Amino acid sequence: MLSYKSIDELCRKATEEKKKISEIVLSDEALQMEQSEDELFSRMAENFKIMCEAVNAGKQPDLRSASGLTGGDAAKMEKYSQTGGLCGSFLNLAIMRAIAVSEYNAAMGKIVAAPTAGSCGILPACIISMLDAGKCDKKQAIMSLFTAGAFGMVIAQNASVAGAEGGCQAECGSASAMAAAVLVELYGGTPVQSAHACAMAIKNQLGLVCDPVAGLVEIPCIKRNVSGTMIAFSSAEMALAGIESKIPADECIIAMKQVGASLPCSLRETSNGGLAITPTGIKLKEQVFGSK
Amino acid sequence: MNVFDIIGPVMIGPSSSHTAGAVRLGRVAWKILGQKAVKADIVLSGSFAQTYKGHGTDKAIIAGIMGMHSHDERIRNALTLAKENCLNFNFSLMDIPDSHPNTARITLTGENGASCTIQGSSIGGGNILVTEINSLEVSFTGQYNTLLVLHHDKPGTIAAVTNFMAYSGLNIGNFRLSRPKKGGEAVMTIEVDGEVPDYLIQNLQILPNIINVILIKAV
Repeated sequence: MLSYKSIDELCRKATEEKKKISEIVLSDEALQMEQSEDELFSRMAENFKIMCEAVNAGKQPDLRSASGLTGGDAAKMEKYSQTGGLCGSFLNLAIMRAIAVSEYNAAMGKIVAAPTAGSCGILPACIISMLDAGKCDKKQAIMSLFTAGAFGMVIAQNASVAGAEGGCQAECGSASAMAAAVLVELYGGTPVQSAHACAMAIKNQLGLVCDPVAGLVEIPCIKRNVSGTMIAFSSAEMALAGIESKIPADECIIAMKQVGASLPCSLRETSNGGLAITPTGIKLKEQVFGSK
Repeated sequence: MNVFDIIGPVMIGPSSSHTAGAVRLGRVAWKILGQKAVKADIVLSGSFAQTYKGHGTDKAIIAGIMGMHSHDERIRNALTLAKENCLNFNFSLMDIPDSHPNTARITLTGENGASCTIQGSSIGGGNILVTEINSLEVSFTGQYNTLLVLHHDKPGTIAAVTNFMAYSGLNIGNFRLSRPKKGGEAVMTIEVDGEVPDYLIQNLQILPNIINVILIKAV
């Protein structure tokens, strides 16, 4: 059985068995959870369906969060994507999906935490964009969530996926690293390339603080889902091109834990630092909760 | 931990730790109470205390106490629903020393007069760790079916319980004993693999020195 203690373990097992990481993880989890592979696949398919529904619900132009601070940006992005924009409609639609799911979450909509609610837009944005563009089929899309889950388990066991413990690097950083590994797998890369993509994504978000305005999972969380998505794509592209991370993924994860522990409490989801205490951040908080 | 702890839970936003995890803490408290709650006193500590309003942590805990799951769309209106269902609640903010940043202590009174206090933390991604029940130290996540066996600290009690479980073909994944005082009340926290049959609980309850057996199904 797999311990999910290291990325290296996942790579070695998948390489030895000449299988995808998602395949070895599905078999292993079926054993560990005492359920059939079909049962686990169906459960994951249901999660994927909720992700797709969240994109559709989240891109409605009249969507607003309970606080009224956010909503409607995904609709703007979808409209803009039709022009092709700077980097083409593929990436622009990925941006749109990251915003849509995150905005829907802020509006107390139903989402799949992946690994958390604050970072719930990144995996749907990456995977649904691949599916929508015909770069993978639906079964592969659903299977890839097992790869994402495995990378996430390693991160959770060796560092953290909670903003209150590790800052945003633990939430959007982890989601982005998981998504980078997934994109490599979906595009036919090797398990080792997935590990390099994961490492590069973590490296690019080390130190990212959690400083939500008014304590709400809205500002800047929604847009950090977009940057996490973009970093997942760029990391996957580099890994697929044969570029390697000089620092192995497992060491990047340990670095992430250490950096998280060094962050002051004010930058770990308490809203006592960073953007939360900028003049505008404070003004927005007063707008929502009244001044105190 | 399994893959669905990371790709999941399916939940109502906005925060897995402050909303979904909070629902689960409330739900565990409700399960331990074992009846409809009419009164809830909730202490929030750390980040919970500072940001609960923005994350709907109050709505989430109350929803859990009313038995809702973290994917229930009624969470949004939980405070109104509580009033309609005659559940009186009170939130206070306090620093609970040496606790995880997202910690709550929930004291419930049930419609038949029973009461219980649990303390637990939301440890990220909607996962929780319950650390205290009625001042007894426990440690369980709610990810597995968990048996809480309250008993008198007498020789042979643990052996009797675990023997009976072995006889029923139930495998123990985690076992923890908390005993504040020799010979006093103690609690076994037993996380098990697979389903726990009803007859097992009934049979454990009539073993000598057993005060109560509670099954908390994986949440």
